Amino acid sequence: MTLQAQVQSGSSAEPEQSFTDGRISARWFPVFMLLPAILFILVVLLFPLIYSLYVSFTPYELLKPNSLKFELARALRNYQRLFADAIFWKSVGNTIVFLFLSINLSYVIALGLSQLLARVTRGQGLMRTLLMVPMMFAPILVGFQFRWFFNANVGLVNNLLFSLGLMQERGQIAWLVDEPLGMFSIIVASIWMNLPVLTIILLAGTLSLPVETFEAADVDGANSWQQFRFITFPLLAPFSYIALTILSLDISRAFDIVRIMTDGGPAHRTELIWTYVTRLAIENTKFGLGSAMSWVTVVLAVAFTLYFFRQLVRSRVVR
Amino acid sequence: MSFRAGQRRRNQRFLNALAWFVLVLIALPAFWIVLTAFRPNVEINSWPPVWVPQEITLDAFATMFGLNPDERMRVPVENYMRNSLLAAGISTAVAVSIGTLAGYAFARFRFRFQTAAFLGIMLSRAIPGVALSLPLFILFNQMRLVNNIFGLAAVYIAMNIPFSTWLMDGFFRQIPQDLSEAAYIDGCGYWSAFWRVELPLALPGFATAAIFAFLAAWNEFQIVSVLARSAAARTFPPGLFDFTEQFTFDWRGMAAMSAIMMVPAVIFVILVQRNLVSGMTFGATKG
Repeated sequence: MTLQAQVQSGSSAEPEQSFTDGRISARWFPVFMLLPAILFILVVLLFPLIYSLYVSFTPYELLKPNSLKFELARALRNYQRLFADAIFWKSVGNTIVFLFLSINLSYVIALGLSQLLARVTRGQGLMRTLLMVPMMFAPILVGFQFRWFFNANVGLVNNLLFSLGLMQERGQIAWLVDEPLGMFSIIVASIWMNLPVLTIILLAGTLSLPVETFEAADVDGANSWQQFRFITFPLLAPFSYIALTILSLDISRAFDIVRIMTDGGPAHRTELIWTYVTRLAIENTKFGLGSAMSWVTVVLAVAFTLYFFRQLVRSRVVR
Repeated sequence: MSFRAGQRRRNQRFLNALAWFVLVLIALPAFWIVLTAFRPNVEINSWPPVWVPQEITLDAFATMFGLNPDERMRVPVENYMRNSLLAAGISTAVAVSIGTLAGYAFARFRFRFQTAAFLGIMLSRAIPGVALSLPLFILFNQMRLVNNIFGLAAVYIAMNIPFSTWLMDGFFRQIPQDLSEAAYIDGCGYWSAFWRVELPLALPGFATAAIFAFLAAWNEFQIVSVLARSAAARTFPPGLFDFTEQFTFDWRGMAAMSAIMMVPAVIFVILVQRNLVSGMTFGATKG
């Protein structure tokens, strides 16, 4: 058995001692190395997550400690209530609109910006530093910044519109209150936050493409749009999916932004599934219902990540 | 011919100008926040807006650290600072060490369920903090760990392990395998080959992973805002949130606190700028 494991292991040379002096073998060494990581994740992440699945089948409320009790007949009550809740469906709809616009627009802008930066001849170093500025912001800070910029009375946006003569009175446009401006504002904030990582990865990808391919295309008379459409864009696929996988790991960062900018309001206009978890669980202390809601967010996050990860693996195989 | 060359030069100049314009537009908001922290309140709230600063003052920072006799800070910034440094520092040290061990196992060995283990670890990173904060609060409440900085650090350790593992896996893969094989021939066991030969070579990667882990913990909001109920137990992000929920808006104070929150990220982005791209894109083309 040990021999088989050693054959499987990557190295051709193996420590000879492992046969004789009782040192750890190739079979057990990786297990030993992985143990702390797996233990930590099991205890601190996976166990609470499964516990919350259990809680989601109980009518638990924080102020009624005895309500943390599982009854088979009432197990699905939370989910039934959730799926019958109009605000729940509104938050799901808002989340779909938000993610669709935010991710697609972020990607398109980042793609354009990366192509622009790849062609710049002067000051690329300084430009990349400028590009990384949003990375210095915590998501909560991004939210705070845009809450202030979109503030009706002292915000940068309205001040600018006034100084340019496009607005007459103070506080004329209530960016964070009116529909659909509230949604627009949080999407702008999230795009600003997503841009650096996406652009940097796409730029790195563009710069790593083989020059000969483009020279050959030049000889064949392809114009720059054709070169982008039929060479750059397809070859960038693995980089696009790496960027989107990284992005999908963090989609719930939108919670931080929305929580501080509008807190889902007014009247649930910018309510996303993540802010609704907080509203049900923390503000109304309905932990059972909140747990059911939080499982909706878990399923969404895992589905997103798996989808982009599989696309990433597939695009690598094609190459 | 010279006409086409001139045309091309003009196009290039236009591209450069466009790039500058877009990037300045992206970076300007951050500049504006920092500038606001140094301006007097009258200017910030004035109407019509004052665009060019007439006066630069350190008042906001003096107030924040309790040095201003006229004005008291309405949130406990020293507590935020201490808690943020503790939670981020502890979790970074532990998580990156554990992630290094795991990353080495993935990079150098083939074992059963390897792909499943790797995918499982990565997926645990995708769990939204909002979803995790709720059961953690119920459990921590029973274990009397609510408001406890070490409880929070334990959560951050677990959350930082996946990304550290992923980064270190990539860094170890870049080290040629001949080195460990030579070490085996010279009589090293697996552990000493890792500890004495490969780890020293992966130290730049270790530093990069540490920076990412520190920033992730420093920026985290969803979990700490639930697990730290008292103002004294909070870190900067929920602190900033509390600040914005005050009855009167102290935009300058908030801007000053934001500027302080950015300091580690500014230092780190300058430090890792070179390694950042390679750190994130390795494996994009290699299987």
